[in-house]
Amino acid sequence: MDAPASYAERVTIIATQSLTKTYGGGVTALSDLTVDVEAGVIGLVGANGAGKSTFIKIMLGLIAPSDGSVRVFGLDPVVQTDQVRARVGYMPENDCLPPDVSAAEFVTHLGRLSGLPRTAARERASEALRHVGLYEERYRQIGGYSTGMKQRVKLAQALVHDPDLLLLDEPTNGLDPAGRDAMLTLVHRIGTEFGISVVVCSHLLGEVERICDSLIAIEGGRLLRADRISAMTAASDVLAVEVSEGIDELFDALTQLQLAVTREGRQLLVPLESESSYDEILRAVAELDLPLHRLDQRRHRVAELFTTKETADV
Amino acid sequence: MSDAGVIHDIGYQRYEGPRLGRAAVFGALYQHGLRASFGLGRSIKAKIFPWLVVGIVLLVAVINAAARAQFDVILFDYFEFDSTISWLIIFFVAIVAPELMSRDMRAGVLPLYFSRPLRAADYVGAKVASLVTAVFLLLGVPQLIMFLTAAFTLDGGIGKVWEEFYGALLPGWAYSLLWAVLFASISLLIASLTGKRAFAAGGIVAFFLMTTPVVGVLSILPSETAQDLAGLVSPMSLINGVYIWLADGVDLGLDVGRFGPIYGIEAFCLVAVALLLLLARYRKVASL
Repeated sequence: MDAPASYAERVTIIATQSLTKTYGGGVTALSDLTVDVEAGVIGLVGANGAGKSTFIKIMLGLIAPSDGSVRVFGLDPVVQTDQVRARVGYMPENDCLPPDVSAAEFVTHLGRLSGLPRTAARERASEALRHVGLYEERYRQIGGYSTGMKQRVKLAQALVHDPDLLLLDEPTNGLDPAGRDAMLTLVHRIGTEFGISVVVCSHLLGEVERICDSLIAIEGGRLLRADRISAMTAASDVLAVEVSEGIDELFDALTQLQLAVTREGRQLLVPLESESSYDEILRAVAELDLPLHRLDQRRHRVAELFTTKETADV
Repeated sequence: MSDAGVIHDIGYQRYEGPRLGRAAVFGALYQHGLRASFGLGRSIKAKIFPWLVVGIVLLVAVINAAARAQFDVILFDYFEFDSTISWLIIFFVAIVAPELMSRDMRAGVLPLYFSRPLRAADYVGAKVASLVTAVFLLLGVPQLIMFLTAAFTLDGGIGKVWEEFYGALLPGWAYSLLWAVLFASISLLIASLTGKRAFAAGGIVAFFLMTTPVVGVLSILPSETAQDLAGLVSPMSLINGVYIWLADGVDLGLDVGRFGPIYGIEAFCLVAVALLLLLARYRKVASL
């Protein structure tokens, strides 16, 4: 199961070049967006109105970009709409389910609209509903489902035609914390075990950073940052050292050890460059015979990276 | 631990089978719409009304056929049959058109449709084709029953049957198709304007019924031109007029005088405009 993952890392699935979308009223939804997205689970984060939905609609060929270009699997959604849509599954943000049919029937119908033959559509619908955990309930009318179950039906219909890419618009919308966790776990499973790349749109960064391989942050239609999560957090791991006295002496001692120490209040922050950093700090503290209060690893939340980046840009 | 009843997770299976093109997708949506027209694949509640109408229409046809076979009395011919049950057609499209259009809008399923290899034109085309077929079946099947009864009871052998088929049933079917096309396109357009089924149904009934009294008033005006043109106001008399023009003077209880072509042009324009408006509307919806 490792082979596809490492293979997936190198494949570019979405590539945009100066992508711009201006609506009729002069509203700019996307502005000069250039980004290459590799296969995997991708978080697309931004506040409401940042241009996430516009980006998704352009990728589906629902609206044409005003300027620039976009390629999904190397295909142009404006021209090769059908080829793109055959390989992409879309889960919209809003309610989109009729209450008076069963989930099995509805997902089968949408499978046929994706071009599956009748029996294949029925089989794939059952499979998709099984994978989202609705196998037992699939013959019940959707109107009687809970919000969490409805979100799963929406996910199943996006999966029914076996796409290579899922576009999920706010999949955790309206779910309680347990439901959110379940949905995120499911999305992560699809991205890692099913071999399907997933773009997860969310306005909650904390939510998607847990399950994503890479992040695209947009604000006001502009690209804020796009990178792999590992690249974003690797440089940010620091050790926080707290001693009750002698903080200046420790600062000097660590500086002499060629460590890039910074002072933050009553703490010293040391970048975690290697496993030996721990030992070096402990040895320095022991040599100075200082009372050590705390020594732990501080993992920067991705959110902090965006804030600093943002202020740096201004 | 017995795991006899456990469903083993066999993991995710990729689909390697064929993916059909837009024609098949159109076909699937058409078939779905046609089934939905008669409440098939829906709850009992959705079946009641369409089948009630079907039942009444069939009963009328059977009574008519029986009267002709038993007493040699023709209550109405194939053309008059359509006009006779015109109210039932109105109620039928008033229920079915919102079922086909408003329901999708209400539930918000359109983004799911239009993110698939399906265009606005395909959607509109499939829905119109579904309703045209449904209305045509509603009219054509009873006409067929009338024909079959006549065929088995008519005196005069096979020649008479052929004459009945070519001279009466086929034109009757053509006339039914005309009804189906006009009623389907107009009622679907009205239904596409609202997601509320009750409003859509009310709008459709109102559109078809409100115009009838106007025809009545105009047709008793002293001016002969006004009388000849009166039929243009209501869709039902418009269809009568078109057929009178096409079949050159069939008596359908309406006098179109020399204005036959105008009836034809209006019917054509009405259908064309309704379809174009539908398309324009769904072009917009599809990109949302």
